[in-house]
Amino acid sequence: MFESLTQKLDKAFRNLRGQGKLTEKNIRDGLQEIRAALLEADVNYKVVKDFIQDVQDKAVGQEVLKSVQPSQQLVKIVHDELIKLMGEEHAPLRMAQKPPTQIMMVGLQGQGKTTTAGKLALQLKKKGHNPLLVGADVYRPAAIRQLEIVAEQAGAEFFTLGEQGDPVDACIMARGEAQMRGSDVIIMDTAGRLHVDEQMMGEVRRIANAVKPDEILFTANAMTGQDAVNSAKQFNDALPLTGVVLTQMDGDARGGAAISLIKVTGCPIKFIGTGEKLDALDTFHPQRMADQILGMGDVVSLVEKAQEVVDQDKALKFQEKARKASWDLEDFLEQMQQVKKMGSLGDLMKKMPGMGKLMDQGFDVDDSQLKYFEAIIYSMTPYERRNPKLINGSRRRRIAAGSGTSVQEVNRTLKEFEQSKKMIKRMMKGGGKKKGKRAGMRMPGL
Amino acid sequence: MTETEEKRGFFGRLREKLVKTRTNLADNVRRVLTGRGRIGDEAFEELEEILIQADIGVETTLAIVADLRAKAKQERLEDTEALVNVLKDDLTEALSVADRSLTWEAGEGPHVTLVAGVNGSGKTTTAGKIAQQLKDSGKTVLLAAADTFRAAAADQLNIWADRVGAPIIRHKEGADPGSVAYDAVDAAISRAIDCVLIDTAGRLHTKTNLMNELEKVQRVTGKRLPGAPHEVLLVLDATTGQNGLQQAKIFAEALNVTGIVLTKLDGTAKGGIAVAIQKQLGIPIKLIGVGETVHDLQPFDPREFVEALFN
Repeated sequence: MFESLTQKLDKAFRNLRGQGKLTEKNIRDGLQEIRAALLEADVNYKVVKDFIQDVQDKAVGQEVLKSVQPSQQLVKIVHDELIKLMGEEHAPLRMAQKPPTQIMMVGLQGQGKTTTAGKLALQLKKKGHNPLLVGADVYRPAAIRQLEIVAEQAGAEFFTLGEQGDPVDACIMARGEAQMRGSDVIIMDTAGRLHVDEQMMGEVRRIANAVKPDEILFTANAMTGQDAVNSAKQFNDALPLTGVVLTQMDGDARGGAAISLIKVTGCPIKFIGTGEKLDALDTFHPQRMADQILGMGDVVSLVEKAQEVVDQDKALKFQEKARKASWDLEDFLEQMQQVKKMGSLGDLMKKMPGMGKLMDQGFDVDDSQLKYFEAIIYSMTPYERRNPKLINGSRRRRIAAGSGTSVQEVNRTLKEFEQSKKMIKRMMKGGGKKKGKRAGMRMPGL
Repeated sequence: MTETEEKRGFFGRLREKLVKTRTNLADNVRRVLTGRGRIGDEAFEELEEILIQADIGVETTLAIVADLRAKAKQERLEDTEALVNVLKDDLTEALSVADRSLTWEAGEGPHVTLVAGVNGSGKTTTAGKIAQQLKDSGKTVLLAAADTFRAAAADQLNIWADRVGAPIIRHKEGADPGSVAYDAVDAAISRAIDCVLIDTAGRLHTKTNLMNELEKVQRVTGKRLPGAPHEVLLVLDATTGQNGLQQAKIFAEALNVTGIVLTKLDGTAKGGIAVAIQKQLGIPIKLIGVGETVHDLQPFDPREFVEALFN
């Protein structure tokens, strides 16, 4: 997608080379492409309009740099402006001078408030706090039960007045409860509600007025579209919001709502939800978000993800083997299993810069192919795996029968293996170590 | 629900629920289109803005507006009112092509419905509401809690089952959702129950393993009862932006999705992505959620929907 955006921009800027300055006229088409990209990423229409105006003001009059493409020059401006919009690198939780710190979760239905409350509790618990989760959603069936289970999983305290109880009372009483149990952080899980529901908004206002929380976190999912501005605005008008939690960031939504949310509430994004498990709560990185919104491939995240799952010792062993060119099918299999741990191949590819476009064009990565490889390699004897050259016709037929595949597929696996071997050899030979690493980390195109 | 409210029927209620949506959108349209006599570029641009803000998406919007421009020229439309009518017709037509029927009849054996979608879209609530409506229409219903992952998801469905007065099949948390579905169909067959509603765990379409699991639930259901599931409903939150298209695409690859349930239309979100989904993937919107009560889950009617947006 980034590739296609720059390509589109390249096309829009065909005639720009040789011109001295960026002008309103010669960047018009380029700005149109950027506008479309931002809209496709769910950045709000009006926000985009203002934003494009800002970018135009910034860009017009700039010298056309000789060293980079005009498209890259413009994308750089857009990228920087996006980051500027999204603010500080990291905004930590505001803790009360005198405990307990009171945190209130608010938002529309189905955004992930209860799950986030649990994640927050776990994170605070790990930092040595003793959080108390308060079940104040008396409307959604079993919502309080869900929070209770989540509290147990997080090892946090739990308090509720039940579904018959008054949510305002529950939140008020939580303070005394926290004192009794020695909890220094209270996390209140309120019911999901529509911003146009005056009665329900009244309730959440009453809670906020009564307990005066240190943090009121508006929770919204990353897939939210244009309407994010409306709901966020009305919540912000009704309550003194202090932060935003952006959930379901583990999907493939571009997350342009983030910008709308920040712009409308004036609050930083304090956390992002990155998975269903209780520990999948991360801090927000404006730089990465800008990349994602522009569809630039989240290279940094990818590198981090790789570091997370790839066994460092094994990686070293691979390197050693590769250098000595003793790379065999067992290594190939192990390497593929490591890759598999990082998620589906499709996911991975999309995160690679330039790959998004291929995927959009219908280039498909088939995860099931890995299964075939596995089955085929498992059907070989250890001796064969270490000496792939010895696998002749009759061995191939046996392997095909053993793995329930065909000789063609065995051939293909062996061919893939040979290619990977060649590639690794080339990589080991060609890569100047430091330089290679730096190039890998750099944002392409900037 | 009082009787007068009942009588007002679906369209009245839909219109009422869509008032907020409508005031916004329709005022814009009127301002744009009836404010001036002649149609200028500005009118089209502002129309584009309105459609994009409804989450219809850049691509679909541009296609719609391009058609509109062509028609305006071809039919020599000069009056903005006529232009709105053409737009309404276009939108209605785009939404009318697919089969929106919901029979809840399988012919032989129970009618099985699978409810799927991303987390927080409103699957359990939708399953509960459908169960109540089927029950009210005189059918027997069985609920299957195939969301064995989320904490207390089965409890949530259980509360619905109690409310409706329908039996529920649930296993332990973490159990195989396929076996829940299988047992549910099995139980429905042996108890001669009319309809089975299988509530699945919310999942992001990007999680390959979870999508495979879902496909298995569908397959296993068909193993117990050939032809099942007869209906596979994808629940989509109306606030969803452009990612909704990708969601629908991937879900439709894993499942034989027969329709969309567009929920939470009672806020200010317009759910325009469903228009793009139907236009690009041919999956019809079958039901819409316009409020919290059981009766606020309604059959989708394109003409009324579009009218309610513009009138």
